Amino acid sequence: MASQEILREEPSRGSFINDPRIRSLFFQTLVVILLFSSIWWIVHNVIENLQRLHIASGFGFLRSRAGFDISDTPIAYTSDSTYFRALVVGLLNTIIVAVAGIVLATIVGFTIGIGRLSRNWLIRKICTVYVEIFRNIPPLLVIFFWYSGVLAVLPPPRESIHLPFGSFLNQRGFYLPRAVWGDGSWLIGVALLLAIAMAWFVAHRARQRQKATGQQFPVFWTSVALIVGLPVLAFLLGGMPLTFDFPKQSTFNLTGGFWIKPEFLSLLLALSFYTAAFIAEIVRAGIRGVSKGQTEAAAALGLRSGPILRLVVIPQAMRIVIPPLTSQYLNLTKNSSLAIAIGYPDLTATAGTVLNQTGQAVEGVFIMMIAYLVLSLVTSFVMNIVNARMALVER
Amino acid sequence: MTEKGLWVMKHIAIGILGVAALGFMASAASAGTLDTVKQKGFIQCGVSTGLAGFSAPDDKGEWKGIDADFCRAVAAAVFGDGSKVKFTPLSAKERFTALQSGEIDILSRNTTWTSNRDSALGLDFVGITYYDGQGFMINAKKLPGVNSALQLSGAAVCVQSGTTTELNLADYFKKNKMEYNPVVFEKLEEVNAAYDAGRCDAYTTDQSGLYGIRLTLSSPADHVVLPEIISKEPLGPAVRQGDDQWAHIARWTYFALLNAEEAGITQANVDEMKTSADPNIQRILGTEPDGKYGADLGLSNDWVVNIIKAVGNYGEMFERNVGSGSPLKIARGINALWTKGGLQYGPPIR
Repeated sequence: MASQEILREEPSRGSFINDPRIRSLFFQTLVVILLFSSIWWIVHNVIENLQRLHIASGFGFLRSRAGFDISDTPIAYTSDSTYFRALVVGLLNTIIVAVAGIVLATIVGFTIGIGRLSRNWLIRKICTVYVEIFRNIPPLLVIFFWYSGVLAVLPPPRESIHLPFGSFLNQRGFYLPRAVWGDGSWLIGVALLLAIAMAWFVAHRARQRQKATGQQFPVFWTSVALIVGLPVLAFLLGGMPLTFDFPKQSTFNLTGGFWIKPEFLSLLLALSFYTAAFIAEIVRAGIRGVSKGQTEAAAALGLRSGPILRLVVIPQAMRIVIPPLTSQYLNLTKNSSLAIAIGYPDLTATAGTVLNQTGQAVEGVFIMMIAYLVLSLVTSFVMNIVNARMALVER
Repeated sequence: MTEKGLWVMKHIAIGILGVAALGFMASAASAGTLDTVKQKGFIQCGVSTGLAGFSAPDDKGEWKGIDADFCRAVAAAVFGDGSKVKFTPLSAKERFTALQSGEIDILSRNTTWTSNRDSALGLDFVGITYYDGQGFMINAKKLPGVNSALQLSGAAVCVQSGTTTELNLADYFKKNKMEYNPVVFEKLEEVNAAYDAGRCDAYTTDQSGLYGIRLTLSSPADHVVLPEIISKEPLGPAVRQGDDQWAHIARWTYFALLNAEEAGITQANVDEMKTSADPNIQRILGTEPDGKYGADLGLSNDWVVNIIKAVGNYGEMFERNVGSGSPLKIARGINALWTKGGLQYGPPIR
């Protein structure tokens, strides 16, 4: 054995074939060529096959009349609108449910995650049970649970459950009074913006003063007073320009008011409760990841437990939490395509209908893929900015 | 790199690309569907996910219905054996892609023949096995006093996505200046479940379908089908465009079913009919001396005998699946033969 090894020639450095730079250049070129030729081949093959099978292709269909109706339309849409507009409606529905889901999942997730670290035995156990249940059930089943298990067993529209403030709950959804803003209500909006600006200014000055003199200022309560107080004042001054449109019983359904359909509600609840279980674990891991020495050091400096959590533990925990949190947000957005199972007109459902009515499967799937890709990239981009701001700054 | 080196590199790159392209290029020209089907020994038939009377599995898992039987008829014509069919249940949305991609050989799934589907989707419809029209069903117990579709303004309407039904619904309400809330699902079972649970006031699809669906509801007697028919829904099987031989086989299987009914050939009497002296019957059953109508289609000359032995004639197929012999009890109506005032008319086999 040993003699064979000795017999083997040392690689000669001067050789063209063994030059690592040329070698790496060669392989990289090869990969690029292979990649592009396979893409070219796929595109070419698709076009050729579509032509051979006499299937229409191209994106011209986007300008034709859609002809079908959509149940949830955040922008004006009728059956006379174009396929393109139908797709935009679908995309907006996806964005609405994803954004609402992310907000709700974050709130529930943080609450449960902190609850799992509670000193209270009952709270801790309840949160553990929650996480273990929702984390271990497929999201589709959670959606069906809300849709068929909870919302479908509510009473029919003529026997709606009456809730306070003129709202109703039945198997067709949740009906709320809709606020109708009268003349002069723009004043309230202006007051709100003004209040936010003032609150920001107060916080800024308070920070400067604390740095300079060490004196603190009750920023939180001042901001609350400003943001609530100023719009209320404007509301009263403007002569209370607000009326409500209450849902009323008609032949088939309740009409008027603000109507949240059961498809949206069950999808939103399912997505956020499912994702919240994962977020809870991420939050718990993040808080546990901050070493105990940090808390002890802060306590030794004389900070109370509230400020310790707010100023020392959470800022450090966030650095651990945000990257996996981004993945959960992306998952939630992509899981929203499960909406198709319960008939919420999200992008997948709408694009599916368009695909079927036009028969242009390749274009339909391509549009869907691009749309989800862009949504995910935008989410990642935003979260990366947040992450960069939270990252450890070396001083 | 020198200019010459660059030139060489460029040509090597183009060469590699060309070779890669050649290597990858799949041969587009495929064998005809008949040969493929004969080779694998069965017909892959696309059906619905369960619509009583058209294509639905029974308690033994066997597919029943006009659409399922049509595939059996084609299998009998090709193999002389109606059982050489495999069924693929498809949603409304999946059906065309399944046929286009070659996953199924024939789509026999209560599909409406439209110009767009015939021309832009790469399909060829072979005939109209059932003349239908779109209707509405409501729960008469929950909505007393509603006896016309024109009273449905403001209703929530359940409908399956990706169908002509969905488009007719939008047109009908728009034309009559009525409002409605569409409740749209991809799968038939989901629509049925939502309607049964009371999520919508009305259910719309082809009238034949409504009768079939009514049987599956928790209390069928409470539901009524409203009288209005709002569209033409000619339902029929389709094959891939560009394979004329296969399209002819499917089309003439359908015509053979009609001709057999017209000539009085049934599953029970087909064997004695073979000795008939009637030249028309002889041509249909392939007993005419020197007749080769089956062979011209690429089949055996007794192809119609095989079809009738497997599924009976069109009338028998109809009565067994949706007519008097079924729980649906749909009258022949416009689906009667032309000789009896209906629309079913089979060009002659000769």
